[in-house]
Amino acid sequence: MRSLRARAIVAPAAFGIAVLVLWQLAVVVFNIQPFVLPSPVNIGVQFAQDLPIVWDGMIITGTNALIGFVLGALAAVVAAALAASLRFFDQLTQPIVTVAGVIPIIALAPVLYTMFGAGAETSRQVVAAIAVFVPVYLNTLRGLRQVKPVHRDLMRAYAASRWQATRTVTLPGALPFVFTGLRIASSLAVISALISEDFGGPIDGLAPSISSAAAYSNYTLAYAFVLGAILLGLTFYIVTLALEKLATRHSPLPNERPVVRT
Amino acid sequence: MTTPAVTASSVSKSFAVKGGSVSALEGIDLEVAAGEFVSLIGPSGCGKSTLLRLIADLDQPTSGTVTVFGKTARQARIDQNYGIAFQQAGLLAWRTVGQNIELPLELHRVAKPTRRARVAELLDLVGLTDFADRYPEQLSGGMQQRVAIARSLAESPELLLMDEPFGALDEMTRERMQNELVRIKHETGAAVVFVTHSIPEAVFLSDRVVVMSPRPGRIQEVVPVRLGATGERDENLREATNFFSTVRAVREALHGVPVAESAARGVDIR
Repeated sequence: MRSLRARAIVAPAAFGIAVLVLWQLAVVVFNIQPFVLPSPVNIGVQFAQDLPIVWDGMIITGTNALIGFVLGALAAVVAAALAASLRFFDQLTQPIVTVAGVIPIIALAPVLYTMFGAGAETSRQVVAAIAVFVPVYLNTLRGLRQVKPVHRDLMRAYAASRWQATRTVTLPGALPFVFTGLRIASSLAVISALISEDFGGPIDGLAPSISSAAAYSNYTLAYAFVLGAILLGLTFYIVTLALEKLATRHSPLPNERPVVRT
Repeated sequence: MTTPAVTASSVSKSFAVKGGSVSALEGIDLEVAAGEFVSLIGPSGCGKSTLLRLIADLDQPTSGTVTVFGKTARQARIDQNYGIAFQQAGLLAWRTVGQNIELPLELHRVAKPTRRARVAELLDLVGLTDFADRYPEQLSGGMQQRVAIARSLAESPELLLMDEPFGALDEMTRERMQNELVRIKHETGAAVVFVTHSIPEAVFLSDRVVVMSPRPGRIQEVVPVRLGATGERDENLREATNFFSTVRAVREALHGVPVAESAARGVDIR
């Protein structure tokens, strides 16, 4: 067991290092120019040197992603709870959610900039929130509907009230699904917040920094910002993954695959 | 004379299906005395589980009446006059063993100290005292089923309804669980209605075996088991001659014809 776990960590780490070494070697041996591909060492050095400005960008983009994530997730959980308990609400929202699941949400960014003003971060947060809403809503709804027949029978046999059944069986049973939805949504939040920056609005955040560094031929700096974006996405993912593990520590993971799209 | 635990009079149950209805039970008359152990046995589709669900008021009969301790099945369910266990243990994965057993007591607002004491008693009864703080995923199938049985006994019901509780267990675990159930039944004195598809299991456990036939589900024959009070039964009974003869009697009732002695030792009717 232990060696298995060690292998699960060591093998990918070794592979990653090998790729970086090959990359470095290729850049040096074939004398690849920085505008084509900077070496990992140079990117690392640049990242360390310009850490304050990369960090600023990460905070801006990260804050937008986080606000959007929280708002979208809250709205999704509330909506899913309504849809699970009110058939009418479910039928009402099904087409809308299906549509929200297939439209490229990023395409809304320019419209939203006009709506909220080009100087505000609001539209970026809204884009992230919409992107987060769909997977959280779908997974939560599935979780709420997942009550096993044997548990339903038990609750009836105990003459439990509707609220007792919800509190003791439905909600705890749905929790792992909610967190699976959150984990899927976390990367979407960062990606949406980041990409929407490229469609207008304030010129802070990581994406405008990547574009302007590239425009000024500072390719290594552009890659340093990309590295910042990767680290940001990873942070969101790891935190939500940890939450998911915590929430599912006593329940077998949902048997069914999570819903990513409708 | 005391009120019987269960009375079913001319009970029928049909389910609506596409383009009509399917009859699951027809003309069922059955009485289970207080403290009696009765098994329902029969092939798939004979309605044995449906009958149990009617007694538990998880479903309602299409016609006829079911009474439990002289009340309607519905009133008995609301009054918590029975405990129930299914083929699936149906434990809540996010609760410990102790908390799972405690569940019905908690739902019925039993005071915490009383709950504690009762859970300790039940854990002792099913031999799981050391596992009180474990989670269901950490237990074997047999242990999970013991938790489910402890849970069904939580409120000391005088009637226990069991729907193939050992159906998913391996043969050895199953026999051990049967021995335990005989002991628990003896200690609690509850009446038991036990659904199974295993003939030796039904014979080993029961005072009477109700043999049912399918499509529509009817009671074919009721075989009395004269092997002594259930509390006096133990492992040795499984090798006894009169045990085999009763197994054969049930088997003949199921098939409607006499079968050869050797075949009588066969186990499952599935």
